[in-house]
Amino acid sequence: MSVSKRSFRLVAWFSLVVFLAGSVACNGGGSGSGSVRLQGAGATFPNPLYQKWLSEYSKQHPNLKIDYQSIGSGAGIKQLKEQTVDFGASDAPMKDEDLKSAPGEILHVPTVLGAVVITYNLQGITQPLRFSPEVIADIFLGKIKKWNDPKLTADNPGVTLPANDITVVHRAESSGTSAVFTDYLSKVSAEWKEKVGSGTSPSWPIGMGGKGNEGVTGQVKSTPNTIGYVELAYAVQNKLPVAQVKNASGNFITPSIEGVTAAAAASAASVPDDLRVSITNAAGAETYPISSYTYILLYKNQKDAAQGKALVDFLWWGLHDGEHFAKDLQYAPLPADIVKRAEAKINSVTANGTALR
Amino acid sequence: MSAVSEKFSAYSTWRRAISPTGNTGDAVFRVLMLLVALLMVGIVLAMVIALATESMASLRQFGLSFLTSRDWNPIKGEFGALPFIWGTLASSLIALLISVPFSLGIAIFLVEQAPHYIARPVGFLVELLAAIPSVVYGLWGIFVLAPFLRNYVEPGLAKWFAWIPLFSGSITGYGLLTGGIILAIMVTPIISAVVRDVLAAVPGSQREAALALGATKWEMIRVVLVNGAPGITGAVILGLGRALGETMAVTMVIGNRPEISLSLFEPSYTIASAIANEFTEATGDLYVSALVELGLILFLVTFVVNGFARLLVWNVTRRTGGVGRAA
Repeated sequence: MSVSKRSFRLVAWFSLVVFLAGSVACNGGGSGSGSVRLQGAGATFPNPLYQKWLSEYSKQHPNLKIDYQSIGSGAGIKQLKEQTVDFGASDAPMKDEDLKSAPGEILHVPTVLGAVVITYNLQGITQPLRFSPEVIADIFLGKIKKWNDPKLTADNPGVTLPANDITVVHRAESSGTSAVFTDYLSKVSAEWKEKVGSGTSPSWPIGMGGKGNEGVTGQVKSTPNTIGYVELAYAVQNKLPVAQVKNASGNFITPSIEGVTAAAAASAASVPDDLRVSITNAAGAETYPISSYTYILLYKNQKDAAQGKALVDFLWWGLHDGEHFAKDLQYAPLPADIVKRAEAKINSVTANGTALR
Repeated sequence: MSAVSEKFSAYSTWRRAISPTGNTGDAVFRVLMLLVALLMVGIVLAMVIALATESMASLRQFGLSFLTSRDWNPIKGEFGALPFIWGTLASSLIALLISVPFSLGIAIFLVEQAPHYIARPVGFLVELLAAIPSVVYGLWGIFVLAPFLRNYVEPGLAKWFAWIPLFSGSITGYGLLTGGIILAIMVTPIISAVVRDVLAAVPGSQREAALALGATKWEMIRVVLVNGAPGITGAVILGLGRALGETMAVTMVIGNRPEISLSLFEPSYTIASAIANEFTEATGDLYVSALVELGLILFLVTFVVNGFARLLVWNVTRRTGGVGRAA
């Protein structure tokens, strides 16, 4: 190679020094004795909030070290089942077969709520577009192909929509956002339910995939006549144009934290005992229909009393003090009823038969 | 040598097997190097075994139909790899078609044409391209290349060549063509750097001989190229290896749609992108297993391509009598 020997040697020495310095630094930061360590892994969506929780909570509890890895809901569930982490996190509740194959009973503790919003790129349109559920389903099924389709113009009186082709952008990777969105579409469209179904990585009938919220946003922003879906928090922080969606009561609702909490409150009575629930297309005049809970998952019977105690205390703190950070980070806090029921879940955690709280 | 080793023959037959010189240091060094080499082989084997065992569920369920099925529907539990294999090979082929002529041109210019004060900075800049992280290429692809192709290149191609299926379909700027072009830009510095070294290693006497026989500059360069052919093939294979496995930049512009379309404008999907995209949230054993099998296939594809290239190099070398085996 023409790269000179001297520069090669320089690079080699440099990397060796960096490596050594790095390993020394890691050793220096090692945990002291007598402290409790907790490992968590899972959903990426609530990660900013959980990181905030961890940093605030560790200020008050210097002997406790909690790590959360945002590696995705699926991977979080996998690690929890393999018991390589102390708690998992998932946007969608675990499936029955996953719960059955787990080595112990797993509890779902809802922490906050999120929403999925429709964003689009249409030149010359200033007011927010309005979408009926069946229109969204038809667009993502590829049945509505043009922006000036009669069904779309009927929802948007007074807006001149262009006669251009609609380009659909969806998430390329499997994600909780897609799960919530397809769960919603399955509820509002029988055809969607039959042809596509709901899941983290559906087989999309049309469109192209962008990686992550940022990938979808990038493709929507840079391509005219596109439509896509992203998380509410992401859309608000990036000031994306978001659509109003018609809810089950027939009102067009602008996505907001209040609309999401309203969806949770309206559906609170029908939440089952294990708190595993989908709240898309919930009833109520003010509810935003594409909303969902996100959960922390833990074993009901903890192996280690000290670790279990630390975990339930942390969750308790999160549900009460931690909820105050939610709104600033664009998450919807839980309604009061659900907090009560989540408290009961936390109180039911035991270690070797004795309650931890 | 033999006189020295006979001296120690009473007790060091084994050592001579390890080190012909009978020197202890040589023996230790040789064993160490052998272990290092074996370790690498072991790692490769371990990878194949790990991939195969982890993908057992999917191998059992689908068998060979995994390679021929075009359905990829995790919700229904249907997995077929054909669209990903197609996307991987097609995007890499496009990348090579574009980058090989460019790389050869760059290398020829730098070695045969450019004066030193131009060759060095230009060579450095080309190599710098190889150091740009692929996610940066991806961002550039989203914000610059894709809009450029959508607004200026693809409409023109569609207008004049729409009768060829390659240039039909809807124009979004995200698709096989964009992915291929990004890959081409990423592999060009690799190929051109190696080809440059190969050409530089062709003995000057060859050039002088060609010129002395009355060859023009172009004819002389052709002689140099023929002599460097094995090395050039090796360089192309190196680039192809990078293109086959490249993940991030391609994922960001290829559209990520598991479908086989002849059109260059339509979204496609590569094996590496599929694994990167879907692994984090993959639920269910079969789904994970199918993704691992994709990894196994990528491994095998790379293996086959490399093996084929070795054969090619070997063949060319034999024909040209082994001249210019620089790379």
